[in-house]
Amino acid sequence: MDMVVNATSLGRSGLYDWLIQRASALVLLAYAVCILGSLLFTQDLDYASWRAQFGAPAMQIFSLIALLSLCAHAWIGIWTVTTDYLNEAHLGRAGTAIRLFTQGVCALLTLIYLLWGVRIFWGG
Amino acid sequence: MLVSIYRYNPEQDSKPAMQNIEVDVPADRDLMVLDVLELAKAKDPSISYRRSCREGVCGSDGMNINGVNGLACITPVSRAAGPGRKLVLRPLPGLPVIRDLVVDLTQFYRQFEKVKPWLINDETPPAIERLQSPEEREKLDGLYECILCACCSTSCPSFWWNPEKFIGPAGLLQAYRFLADSRDTATAERLSELDDPFSVFRCRGIMNCVSVCPKGLNPTRAIGHIRSMLLRQGT
Ligand code: SF4
Ligand code: SF4
Ligand code: FES
Repeated sequence: MDMVVNATSLGRSGLYDWLIQRASALVLLAYAVCILGSLLFTQDLDYASWRAQFGAPAMQIFSLIALLSLCAHAWIGIWTVTTDYLNEAHLGRAGTAIRLFTQGVCALLTLIYLLWGVRIFWGG
Repeated sequence: MLVSIYRYNPEQDSKPAMQNIEVDVPADRDLMVLDVLELAKAKDPSISYRRSCREGVCGSDGMNINGVNGLACITPVSRAAGPGRKLVLRPLPGLPVIRDLVVDLTQFYRQFEKVKPWLINDETPPAIERLQSPEEREKLDGLYECILCACCSTSCPSFWWNPEKFIGPAGLLQAYRFLADSRDTATAERLSELDDPFSVFRCRGIMNCVSVCPKGLNPTRAIGHIRSMLLRQGT
């Protein structure tokens, strides 16, 4: 049982999942503050200036880190919630199948958003 | 006063039901919930519950009193229900009911057992006893007093959802009791057994455990200490 558990959680141990969750939350907070700041303090905000801001190499790197943090954070959260509620205790015999299906769909979506995001930020 | 008691005999009843019983309580005195329960049992002897010491020491009469877990013997009716309100008694939530207010604590004890709640020391025992400094001894305060009443673990949503994998506040408080003991030499092994995503890390810091503990203990703080120890060992 523990093998399956470890194969699907991201950091493969409770400690690493927990650390990733905290660190990614901090990155996302910093990123949100940064975006909010630029929204508030950029004069004449338009498409061109917005695009230029995100095109700057520092911002590209920061965005990528934030995107990775978002995906890791989301996946650990989803994994935790699905193992709490989508199980045999709540759903009966089909619990494990429903959980694996839901986790599969969420993992795929997370991956798609990640790749799509990379394309948006780095695709030029 | 009106007492509403959860009744369920899995061998006979298809589902649980609440039974209302009117009991006469003295107007000049504040009874404990357990006293009221005894009066109700005098009217209907088929009501089942556990109790032993009737002074908050043995931990056997943990139950859900008007929605809050506590020991019936040391919970005053005035605090539990308030004047004119009815007393509602249910078994501790989340565990299988054996009968009425008696729950099956097997899962709870199994989690307790997992943390090896005994001193492990592989050094040769000294001639008389293993000494501790007063400071070392002080670290066990707030931990050793637990009476295993299960009020905390059965108020914890993480324990409800994962009773086989999450150790729960009571077990983790004891885990830390031995991690913090200067005489114990198995710290590293103990920690490595707690590192999976469930045993400790299912604690979401909801602190229901702290708010119900009849002994005023703080499992959330102990869990925080375990987490920092894991962090120190794992990084
Ligand atoms: S920590 Fe408190 S509530 Fe939990 S079992 Fe021990 S005495 Fe009971
Ligand atoms: S703080 Fe942790 S152990 Fe205590 S009730 Fe909340 S989740 Fe459970
Ligand atoms: S009867 Fe012993 S704790 Fe209540």
